[in-house]
Amino acid sequence: MASASYPEAELGELHRRLTILRVGLLLVVALLGLRLWHLQIREGPYYRDLSENNRTRLVLLEPARGLIYDRHGVLLANNVPSFSLYVTLEDVKDREALIQKLTDLLGLDAALIRKKLTGKGSKLLPRKIKDRMTLRDATVIESHRLDLPGVMVQVESQRNYPGGVTAAHLLGYVGEISADQLEKPEFADLHQGSVVGQYGVEKSYDRHVWGQAGQKSVEVDALGHETKAAVVEKPQAGNDLYLTIDVRLQKVAEELLGEESGAIVVLDPTNGDILAMASRPAFDPNVLSRELTPNQWVEIVQDEGRPLNNRASQGQYPPGSTFKIPMAVAALETNTMSPSSTVHCNGGYQFGKRLYHDWKAGGHGSVALHSALVHSCDVYFYTVGQRMGIDVMADFGKEFGLGQGTGVELPSERSGIMPSSAWKQKAKNEPWLPGETISAAIGQGYVTVTPLQMASLIGTVANNGVSYRPRLVQAVMDRTTGNLQELPAVPRGKVKAKPETFRLIKDALADVVEVGTATKAKSSLVTIGGKTGTAQVAALRTGPKQDIPKKLRDHAWFVAFAPVESPKIAVAVLVEHMGHGGSAAAPLAKEVIETYIKLAPQVPMVTSDSSRVDQARRSSEKS
Amino acid sequence: MIDRLTDNRGLDNFDLRYLGLVLAILGIGVLSIHSVTHAQQGGVAPYYLKQLVWIFLGAVAFVVMWVSDYHRIARLAYPAYALVLLMLAFVLVEGRTSKGAQRWIALGPFSFQPSEFAKLVLILVLAHYYSKAPRAGWLQRVIVPGSLMLPGLVLILKQPDLGSGLSFVAVYAAMLLMVGVRSQALGVMLLFSVMLFPFAWEGLWGSLHDYQRQRIMTFVDPDYDPGGKGYHALQSKIAIGSGELMGKGLYGGTQSQLKFLPEGHTDFVFAVYAEEWGFLGVLLLLVLFVALIWLSLEIASKAKDQLGALLAVGIVAMLCFCVVVNIGMTAGMFPIVGIPLPLVSYGGSATIMTMASLGLLLNVKRRRLSLFY
Repeated sequence: MASASYPEAELGELHRRLTILRVGLLLVVALLGLRLWHLQIREGPYYRDLSENNRTRLVLLEPARGLIYDRHGVLLANNVPSFSLYVTLEDVKDREALIQKLTDLLGLDAALIRKKLTGKGSKLLPRKIKDRMTLRDATVIESHRLDLPGVMVQVESQRNYPGGVTAAHLLGYVGEISADQLEKPEFADLHQGSVVGQYGVEKSYDRHVWGQAGQKSVEVDALGHETKAAVVEKPQAGNDLYLTIDVRLQKVAEELLGEESGAIVVLDPTNGDILAMASRPAFDPNVLSRELTPNQWVEIVQDEGRPLNNRASQGQYPPGSTFKIPMAVAALETNTMSPSSTVHCNGGYQFGKRLYHDWKAGGHGSVALHSALVHSCDVYFYTVGQRMGIDVMADFGKEFGLGQGTGVELPSERSGIMPSSAWKQKAKNEPWLPGETISAAIGQGYVTVTPLQMASLIGTVANNGVSYRPRLVQAVMDRTTGNLQELPAVPRGKVKAKPETFRLIKDALADVVEVGTATKAKSSLVTIGGKTGTAQVAALRTGPKQDIPKKLRDHAWFVAFAPVESPKIAVAVLVEHMGHGGSAAAPLAKEVIETYIKLAPQVPMVTSDSSRVDQARRSSEKS
Repeated sequence: MIDRLTDNRGLDNFDLRYLGLVLAILGIGVLSIHSVTHAQQGGVAPYYLKQLVWIFLGAVAFVVMWVSDYHRIARLAYPAYALVLLMLAFVLVEGRTSKGAQRWIALGPFSFQPSEFAKLVLILVLAHYYSKAPRAGWLQRVIVPGSLMLPGLVLILKQPDLGSGLSFVAVYAAMLLMVGVRSQALGVMLLFSVMLFPFAWEGLWGSLHDYQRQRIMTFVDPDYDPGGKGYHALQSKIAIGSGELMGKGLYGGTQSQLKFLPEGHTDFVFAVYAEEWGFLGVLLLLVLFVALIWLSLEIASKAKDQLGALLAVGIVAMLCFCVVVNIGMTAGMFPIVGIPLPLVSYGGSATIMTMASLGLLLNVKRRRLSLFY
């Protein structure tokens, strides 16, 4: 049968083999069918999901941050539209080529883009590469869209501060969320590229002004080009904040400081509202809210004037003679001194081997409490301090909130130091030395305070011991409901002291301005009570002041309240390296108080001033 | 005689069934090509229109191959093979490069792929050889036809075109299995090839191009790097799988419409079809192909002489191989090799060649009765 001469037999063999081929074919086709059944029927839903993900990208729509107003509805922070550049890694085939193109087109820093592209995060979520693009850059990108798969220009709202440097420290600034922040639970719903408050109220109230991110579903083709877009969820703008500050007063305070470094804090002692909080030098939050290059950052951080430092809540200075106010309360309350008991001041106080000088070379003669405060007699308070001891002083200092944060809604508030023997043992691991009590008695040595603490302290005295937590936000406007929720004042307690004590001290403080060390604060408009202070920077004071380099000169303090009869305003002024409080700080306090009186604080509250608010909002929402 | 005449009437019905199957499959092809390419066309003529032109040319080739006597055609086998070898050599020197391989000869606005025609010519050559040459020993049955195939195979692999090379070998193997080796030797051959495979693998692997190796590697684990090497295989599986039972409807295939699936109108047209028409559509297409192959096998078994049977077997083998390997690779069962789906994938050379082969097949069927007229 295998012979070539039997074609018929050969054909018969072929038929048998064809049968095998048929069976084989059916088997193979059955296998194919089974495979396709597995893909399409058994795993069909899985592949259906994959294909949906393949073509749709969820783009997060950043919400517009809530607006920030002052107490009278003047706009302090709004949003303006701006272009942001996003890249979706999933759609980028050649990362290096893309980086090259972007650097060529926009002149961006290649290393910076690479860093952003390699950071953690989903490949499917667009990453922000650049914000605040110019219109020109946005147009360039759009016109090269076909060569830039995965690249997208998005219009977003950008934070804007119409007032520039005004109230910069208080408002703070915004910036892209950092890697560290992303790890934190409170930022769990955010992602790389989200903009959050990084300083000031923007930071402490970030959750309120943040709002709710929306989502856009974008259908893309394999090259990452958008073919269709549908908004799945609209972003919900954040809530608006109404601050307690009066921006007019704020501006005056800032202008008064001018080129000098320092801080002015103005409070309403009856509820803790911060009416103004100026710190100089300042920064422009518009600049800081932009993306800075590492060099720009270094420049700002290393600036000798430390403009990022809010001196009002973060600057810690020896209180100098302003510390004599809680000392006087303590002296009376502990019966260390009666109002009439006197101390003889001959210009110095001998303790052990050391002579502690009075600021007045010849001394003040025989002084009782009233004149000791009016003329700021050091020897009187050396004596009081020596008799009471540091721990009693510390107790009273703490009553007035020294050595602890005021609880103001600002990030990184410093608490200053109210030293005690226990504190020194703990902090320095050394026993308290009696001589240190004497320095502390006039607010030198270890004692440090912030201007905010001092404003709160003088406010507490003006308010007869009743104190409130200083606050910056008086109301929050809920964008979803439109309800204005007013935040209540937060009482902080009452200094345990007799009303008579406060009356005596306020009398004395009024005379400080009237006839004492702060006559430069005397106003024709309103009665002012206050206390000067000079915080020593260098331990030794030698030679005439002009010869001392400025950075070693003393800081000038003045704390004040007005009107004396029924106090409505408490002020703390600190000017760095400007010498005596009476000459450098007191006039500024007077200006602030007079401005306040002229501005008629009886102006109605924001709620009834809605037309102006609406107008401001409209203009900022045109974006 | 009467029986034969009855048969002759049956032939007419039979032809119509055959024609119907071919047209149905071609129609599915044109529809899928239209679906996947309608959105992405610029100024050039749409692919589906060009494919219709190819089908028309294919129909001409079909008729030519059908009407002329296959014995006469077979006599031209060796000169035709020489011409094909020349063209394959020419492609290597002068050919148009596309996607890293030189496969095309430009002819005015069209380009044409000699390797496609080489397959049909190889069938002719082998059929002619086995029907004429003495087939006593294994040398004549295995080695001589193998050496006939070799120059064409080498030239095709040199392009490189793994897909056509494999079909080349498949045709040879099919002929060998059908007539080349005796039945008892068949089992031994199969056993040997299985045993020799690991050794042959080394040599094969070493001779492969990087991209070919990559394709085979990604076949092993296509999911490990979507967007990279396994991208193609994965996107194809997603396209097919997401079609589910009913499909996404014509023009509804997001995978292919949005260009996630590369080569959607050529080698991966099956995935496009499966995505849009679902498992039901897939079953329909499989049934059409099986019916076509079944009828072709029928022709092979009823051929009047050795040459006709061999031609039919070669054509069926090639058809089977291309259908199975193409669907298998789009469904992620085999590595990706560039083999189009016969009658469905876009492509002039392949369409014309396949239709010419089918014409030749019907020729074999027609001639089986001619003796009795």
